[in-house]
Amino acid sequence: MLFSATSSILIVFFIIAFMLSEGWSAINLDFIFGLIWHPKTNEFGILPIIVSTVIVGVGAVFIALVIGIPCAIFLAEFAPNWVRNIIKPSVEMLVGVPSIVLGFFGLMLIVPFIRDNLGGRGECILAGWIILSIMTLPHVISISEDAIRAVPNSYREASLTLGATKWQTVRNITLPNAKSGILASLILGMGNAVGETMAVYMVIGNPNIPWIPTSILDSVRVLTSTIVMEYGYVAWGSQHQHALFAIGVVLFVLVAIINLMARYAIKRGMIER
Amino acid sequence: MQRNTIIAMVIVAIVIVAISLIALQFARPVGGELKIAGSTTVLPITQECARLYMEKVCPCTRISVSGGGSGTGIQLVGDGLIDIGAASRDLKPSELDQWPDLQPVAIGKDSVAIIVHPSNPIDDLTLEQIAQIFAGDITNWSNVGGEDAPINLITREEGSGTRGIFEEKVMESFGKEIAGEALVKTSNGEVRAIVATDDNSMAYLSLGYVDGTLKAISIGGIEATIENVLSEDYPIIRTLWLITKGTPNTLAQSFIDFVLSDEGQQVVEELGYTKVE
Amino acid sequence: MNEQRKERIVKAFLWVTGLTSVFILLSIIVYIYVNGVGIISLEFLTSYPYRFEYGGIFPQIVGSLLLVAICLLFATPIGIGSGIYLAEYASDNILTKTIRFFVETLAGIPSIIIGLFGLAFFVHYLFGFSLLSGGLALGFMILPWTVRVSEEAIRAVPNSYREASLTLGATKWQTMWNVVLRSATPSIITGILLGLGKAIGETAIILLTAGSGLEAFLPISIFDAVGSLPVYIFMLATQGHTSAAFDRAFGASLVLVTMFLIINLGALLLRNYLVRRQR
Repeated sequence: MLFSATSSILIVFFIIAFMLSEGWSAINLDFIFGLIWHPKTNEFGILPIIVSTVIVGVGAVFIALVIGIPCAIFLAEFAPNWVRNIIKPSVEMLVGVPSIVLGFFGLMLIVPFIRDNLGGRGECILAGWIILSIMTLPHVISISEDAIRAVPNSYREASLTLGATKWQTVRNITLPNAKSGILASLILGMGNAVGETMAVYMVIGNPNIPWIPTSILDSVRVLTSTIVMEYGYVAWGSQHQHALFAIGVVLFVLVAIINLMARYAIKRGMIER
Repeated sequence: MQRNTIIAMVIVAIVIVAISLIALQFARPVGGELKIAGSTTVLPITQECARLYMEKVCPCTRISVSGGGSGTGIQLVGDGLIDIGAASRDLKPSELDQWPDLQPVAIGKDSVAIIVHPSNPIDDLTLEQIAQIFAGDITNWSNVGGEDAPINLITREEGSGTRGIFEEKVMESFGKEIAGEALVKTSNGEVRAIVATDDNSMAYLSLGYVDGTLKAISIGGIEATIENVLSEDYPIIRTLWLITKGTPNTLAQSFIDFVLSDEGQQVVEELGYTKVE
Repeated sequence: MNEQRKERIVKAFLWVTGLTSVFILLSIIVYIYVNGVGIISLEFLTSYPYRFEYGGIFPQIVGSLLLVAICLLFATPIGIGSGIYLAEYASDNILTKTIRFFVETLAGIPSIIIGLFGLAFFVHYLFGFSLLSGGLALGFMILPWTVRVSEEAIRAVPNSYREASLTLGATKWQTMWNVVLRSATPSIITGILLGLGKAIGETAIILLTAGSGLEAFLPISIFDAVGSLPVYIFMLATQGHTSAAFDRAFGASLVLVTMFLIINLGALLLRNYLVRRQR
């Protein structure tokens, strides 16, 4: 028992140690703040890649918020029981739908649509936002709905007795109380979006030398797609290989920060209650 | 209740085991395994030859063929992770330094075509224009006689043999680098898939991959055809290699022999490449 | 009056957004099914692929199943063991806190990093591109999942069960095996099914560790390269440019989504059954 329990520690320790030992030598200020990623000339600057990663992640979660939170409120507060009994399970079924299928969907429909109607290359930040928001939507809806329903009924009843309408109750009582749960669902969704690989890789373009994007129709590289694109031909032991593992380390740190924020949000919510 | 759950568990276990066993029944007896990876230019040849080899020569072998690019293939065979690496460019001195015992065998010749969408009115460009376009100096089709539309460049990843040859024969003669805006695709197939759907795109592609869904433009009036490649009128020509580490084992040798046989070389020609002399 | 009107508007807005988001999600599934159903036939499901975009997807289906089987063989025992330790044996000391922290950390590691680690460690140093490398790397991915559900499931077993068993003279181990584990099993299976749903659609890890996805044969040993549905879909979707390739990509997606939905539906039904039993 103890052995299997400690194996998780070992595995994590092993992965982190391995990534660090391979990537550490490439991490320095030029790496983090460099503007040019061009392995051919041994230039490894990932600032444009980090910025793109954050833009893609934040934008996707924002879309998921705009569509998902009203949906969660609808399910938790307004939907008749029979509607909820159909929709909630079907949304939950879609949590974790294979992302490769979403990428395929994006490649077949969304990329050509953007190229033909909005201009640009089609493979761009916007396409990444759409695919990732579809991916995070079920998470956001399902967790937020749980958070809203977890608000004690007595709160609602008190408000309704005082003559407030249902929407006033939701806005002034229920939502503020469910705030931290909703926030946590969004942050977790962002962690997923930032760490997602294949679906993003298929729709964001990956330019030869990435730049800091100036338009949502720009093609970008994110941390994960750079790894997937270049792991194959990298010469083991070269500066390039260390730089790729260093990207892995940066990605790991980024996702860890996001997850810590989510945990903090959840904890704060529990204290408030 | 508890009994039910145990039964459920047992059923799940049995199903998994049964599927594995059924799978193994379908499998053929062991006769050795061969792993081939690398250049996506060579991929159609190795794939088809592997299929024919397993069908006709030795049904008991299992040959796994995958892409990854020339750099990947050389990398993997050098590290001993695969049996045969495929490359569509010559070995670099740095690679020979790292793995001095790599043994390349030429299995065919290929060229690199400059391709555009079939609806594009442009049929011919000079080598210099091509270099300027790929360097990002020319960014609009109207500058080379086409419609007023941006040129959407597509390039291969740096490990690619196709990119290596293209840079060597086109870009470097004019001292230029491929533009940063070009989108990177990691296989010939991906390049073709994008160019076939994007009206304004331009890319370079292994001649073997050129088909009716896109248009290969001529360079300085010389069309990208096998005849022009053979007579060396067309400026880009390259050799396709299968690479082993040290002397190949029996199975690898037998497979390479098959690719070099009349039957294998016929596959090379059918797929749009040129056979070796 | 004004408030009531506002109420109605908000209500209408929420109905619309609620139904829209569900519509978006379902439309993807429908899109895959509508486009993929045409190619599904017994032959497609049971024959081997050739020339990249022709033939069937039998080795890919079997490969995916074998990969998740190896993944479960690795992650389930360790997960349940950890769960038992965390829930039953360990008091709240530094060790358990560390374990929990590391389990949470592992859950947060993006799959591409596990894939990169698998590529460097399993593939380069140990087994090459193989069923075993892929299965183990997948196992790493769902391990935190199995640990968490096992711990929660075992904690949820009422203490009265344990006490009753111990009073009857059973040892701690017997109690554990006969009473606690047995009543926690359904919830553990639910959790593991959900983990399985994650594993079967995972692409990045398998792409980096198991093989190219184009393998036209079945693996005989666990050291063979193995094809899988997600990687095959990836290859077809990005590199295919003919209708033959897209048809097959849709067909393979349909099979993958169906497997995923069956697994998740199983988990859902099992959970509903559990909830009903508790009442």
